[in-house]
Amino acid sequence: MSGRPALRDALIALAALVVILAIPFFHRSPAFEDFVIRVSAMALFATSLNLLVGTTGMVSFGHGMFYGFGAYAFGLLMQMTDLSLPVAAVLAVAMTTIAALIVGAICVRLGSDYFAFVTLAFQMLFYSIIISWQSLTGGDQGLRGGIPRREIFGFELASQLHLYQFCAVVAVLGLLALRHVTESRFGRTLRMIRDNEHRAAFLGVVLWRARLGAFTLAGGFAGLGGVLAALFVSGAYPELADWPNSGQAIFAVMLGGIGSFLGPTLGAMILLALNDAVTRVTEYHGLVLGLVILISALGLRRGVLDYLRLIRSRRAPSGESR
Amino acid sequence: MRLEIRRLTKAFGGVHAIEDVSLDFASGSLSAVIGPNGAGKTTFFNLISGAFPADSGQVLLDGEDVTSLGKIARLRRGIGRAFQVASCFPTMTVEENLVAAVTAHVGQWGNPGRRLPPAGVRERAHEVMELAGLTKVAGVEAAILSHGDQKLLDIALALALEPRVLLLDEPTAGMGPDERWRMIERVRGLWERQKLTLVFIEHDMDIVFQVASSIRVLCYGRVLAEGTPDEIRSNQAVIDAYLGTEGHDTPAEGAPSEATP
Repeated sequence: MSGRPALRDALIALAALVVILAIPFFHRSPAFEDFVIRVSAMALFATSLNLLVGTTGMVSFGHGMFYGFGAYAFGLLMQMTDLSLPVAAVLAVAMTTIAALIVGAICVRLGSDYFAFVTLAFQMLFYSIIISWQSLTGGDQGLRGGIPRREIFGFELASQLHLYQFCAVVAVLGLLALRHVTESRFGRTLRMIRDNEHRAAFLGVVLWRARLGAFTLAGGFAGLGGVLAALFVSGAYPELADWPNSGQAIFAVMLGGIGSFLGPTLGAMILLALNDAVTRVTEYHGLVLGLVILISALGLRRGVLDYLRLIRSRRAPSGESR
Repeated sequence: MRLEIRRLTKAFGGVHAIEDVSLDFASGSLSAVIGPNGAGKTTFFNLISGAFPADSGQVLLDGEDVTSLGKIARLRRGIGRAFQVASCFPTMTVEENLVAAVTAHVGQWGNPGRRLPPAGVRERAHEVMELAGLTKVAGVEAAILSHGDQKLLDIALALALEPRVLLLDEPTAGMGPDERWRMIERVRGLWERQKLTLVFIEHDMDIVFQVASSIRVLCYGRVLAEGTPDEIRSNQAVIDAYLGTEGHDTPAEGAPSEATP
């Protein structure tokens, strides 16, 4: 507990951002830039999920619905209105947040098993709405026609470099905001609930309200990730909101480490890099992915970043374990 | 703060865990609740603290009927409790546990905008740590505390909310003889200093008879007897049902290993 933890985190974020933004000035690589764009969307998605899974101890199987919701809301706003990109993005995130509030209001009072089930059910419901409401969403073809007017203050997002810069800035700021929430008084409360909800309730914490807050915030940030995904694919596809996509986020969280704030971001990087590398050599990329997850789960018994931290704390003279 | 229980009843699936219990705990009193396992002692605490509602009867705090209130409203009115199995937040240090508790107490648990605890909270957390004798382990994660310190932390979490009635469910559970006495002396010290109305459940009869100024005996959900230690010691019904012919010897089921962490 040093004096200005918020300042320290902001400086780290700034340093990371400077490095990411500087790279293209030294070396242009379309593949790398694509990768960073996809990681930025996935990192927001997975880290927001970890606010539920790692911080609060709520396992949601339906988090992809908010990722997809953000993508569709943004795509549709851009296609159907004359709003500028930032306004449409903010509105899309706000709409996703409200959707998460509504879904959360129904789910968070359930026991943990039923919570997981019902989030999955909501996701399937949302997915089938996308598929069947063809006139609005384009059904299983996805939202076609691209995203028009992709410029902010003369900044043309149709250019890959500009999209790269935009996504990097949004992702780093989004992660910084999530970090702030995780470390806030509210974030501490979520940890209390994860550790011992019974005790938390007997200290005056209204459990459903805290859980609903976490669920709503997580949904909103997943929606922000969805906006970036929509920009990348220049549209929206039902797969963004489908359950395998929720599974991807869960994989990223478990692979990177649920106990470290940057674990899910690292997990997203590993997952996407693995996907890219493996699909190049074999069509059985699900098999390879499954093996990697099994090795990490059974071998390390925790995510990569959690494992590294464990090793470091074991080497350190003090006996701290987290 | 005076705690009055009037004709409290609670049944689980037809079995009366608490049946028609009326008890009065005077303000500032130090009372023990004893009775065989399954007598309804913990259920009694759950009903007082509002963990679940009673089927009938009333709970009054200084004359105010709080029966219809939930546990959080009762907490705010001054009912604090600690649990039979030490209940704290294992991944947080002792200090973090108490800072979190005090933060909750000042109504700031839901604030996502601020990282540092509210002004004065850390000082208050340190006061409570001092009271409970946990200062030396302030930086230790609760999960790796000794069993006794975990029990103390549980009590400290309750104290962080500035209760006026404190319910302790077997504060010495799972402790060896020496540790029990150290624990109960600390509890008595807290009672004196904080001017609490303290009610504790205890199986060690030596402790009960020496520490409590009044004793309530529950058996099969009913009040079997109440009175001073001397009255209880010589009460034939209590001897038959609970104490056994040995008089004040520790009953067999109150063995130290009863609640393991």
